[in-house]
Amino acid sequence: MNDLLNDLSKHTCGCTLGGAESQDHGPGLEMLPIYRPSIKDEPCCGPPAGPPSNPFERPGYTLCGFVEGFVHTPAGPVPKIKTRLERSDRLGTLSVRLGYGRSNYKVAPGLYAVGQPDHDSPVLVTANYKLSFDHLRASLTEVNAWLLILDTRGINVWCAAGKGSFGTDELVQRVKQTQLDRVVRHRRLILPQLGATGVAGGRVKKECGFEVVWGPIRASDLSAFLSSGLKADGAMRRITFSLTERLVLVPVEITLLRKYLWRTLAAIAVISGIGPSIFSFGAAWQRGLLAVEATLTGIFAGCVLVPALLPWVPGRSFAIKGMLAGGFAGGALAAGLWGTPLLTRWSALALVLLTMALSSFLAMNFTGSTPFTSPSGVEKEMRRYMPVQALAALAAALIWVTSAFIGV
Amino acid sequence: MKTLRYLDNVVTLTLDASKCVGCAICTEVCPHGVLAMDHRKAQIVDRDGCMECGACAKNCPTEAITVTPGVGCASYIIQTWIKGKEKASCGGSGCC
Repeated sequence: MNDLLNDLSKHTCGCTLGGAESQDHGPGLEMLPIYRPSIKDEPCCGPPAGPPSNPFERPGYTLCGFVEGFVHTPAGPVPKIKTRLERSDRLGTLSVRLGYGRSNYKVAPGLYAVGQPDHDSPVLVTANYKLSFDHLRASLTEVNAWLLILDTRGINVWCAAGKGSFGTDELVQRVKQTQLDRVVRHRRLILPQLGATGVAGGRVKKECGFEVVWGPIRASDLSAFLSSGLKADGAMRRITFSLTERLVLVPVEITLLRKYLWRTLAAIAVISGIGPSIFSFGAAWQRGLLAVEATLTGIFAGCVLVPALLPWVPGRSFAIKGMLAGGFAGGALAAGLWGTPLLTRWSALALVLLTMALSSFLAMNFTGSTPFTSPSGVEKEMRRYMPVQALAALAAALIWVTSAFIGV
Repeated sequence: MKTLRYLDNVVTLTLDASKCVGCAICTEVCPHGVLAMDHRKAQIVDRDGCMECGACAKNCPTEAITVTPGVGCASYIIQTWIKGKEKASCGGSGCC
């Protein structure tokens, strides 16, 4: 029957199914030979026919693009996944990095296979956020291993561990549900170190018999960790927040602001239109454009300058860093626009204040994306600087409106 | 992370050395090297490097370490102020 299926698939679509020697039935089922009527590939009308269905498909399920076959184990068939990311994976990464579709970017939890794992191969645990999953499998090109994916509802390991969904109970349940004890002979799970916030290793051992070994923080260190007999050196255990690591977060920080777009534009138009003639649509447009430029400058300072220049912007508090970056960027904007008839001294002051308040608040928000800010510290700086930010924004609005009347 | 430091003297981390059994798991899970072993006892060597993630306390077999763990994220903290701790969430609100 294997031959028949192979033959059919080769014959009808001119391609072979990757990877899965001797498992061409697909998971779980001994099927009757597929009935294929002897029709021509080309229909008589309409567009050309697509490829025939592939033997791994099952009614009601979609076969994931990253699955290249199935491995048979005593606990049933386990999908074997590709370690090479494809175009669709990269597009998905790009999309979530830009902030689109991020809340539903996940893979099914459970057991997966990488390479040619056997009953002695290591078990690596991660979250079911597809970005985490892709990151992990892409770093396992030379490795034979089992992957145990926990249901973290599509959240990455670090954030899910903080909230407990990458947690002891979920791990224990998942080990039992996948019957991992029938797949491997050893009793060891390798977890990413950043999962330790949610998982108590000792309890896992007590409740399902598997010992937790804390792996490195970064997936890229995994093959070195595995080949050195599960030893992590100091650098593997320390978190970093390099320029690249900071910059990939920037697009999301900005696109998340889109929900405030219309409200902000409306507020700017209203405030900018107020003047000697009570309300002027011309002023709403012309002065409004200046205020929009200041707003964009504030966003740029708080969401791009501060993350990019994080180690070099003075101050420990993110609110201070944001204020400084905003003052600098706002000053540059005012200097650049100097000479524009609408930009008086007072209105320039209002714009710089607006830029500083906005940048300070947005920079403070960036604490949520960093791996070194303590909640106690964040709360402290929020209590101290949020009133300052609010006052600066209010002052900016008042001076902005006043400047339309005095026009100096 | 010696180049990026956050506020000093704010963290809630405590270590009761008399309860420590010297398993060294805390030094393994801490991503900032806050704890280190000295004569088979853990000790805090970089207190201000702590980000209060709670990994050490969670994995300490004798509860020798305590810390008030939390999410160091401004928009999350604003939500806890407005809605209370139970209803606050990170999802889609802008943090992590």
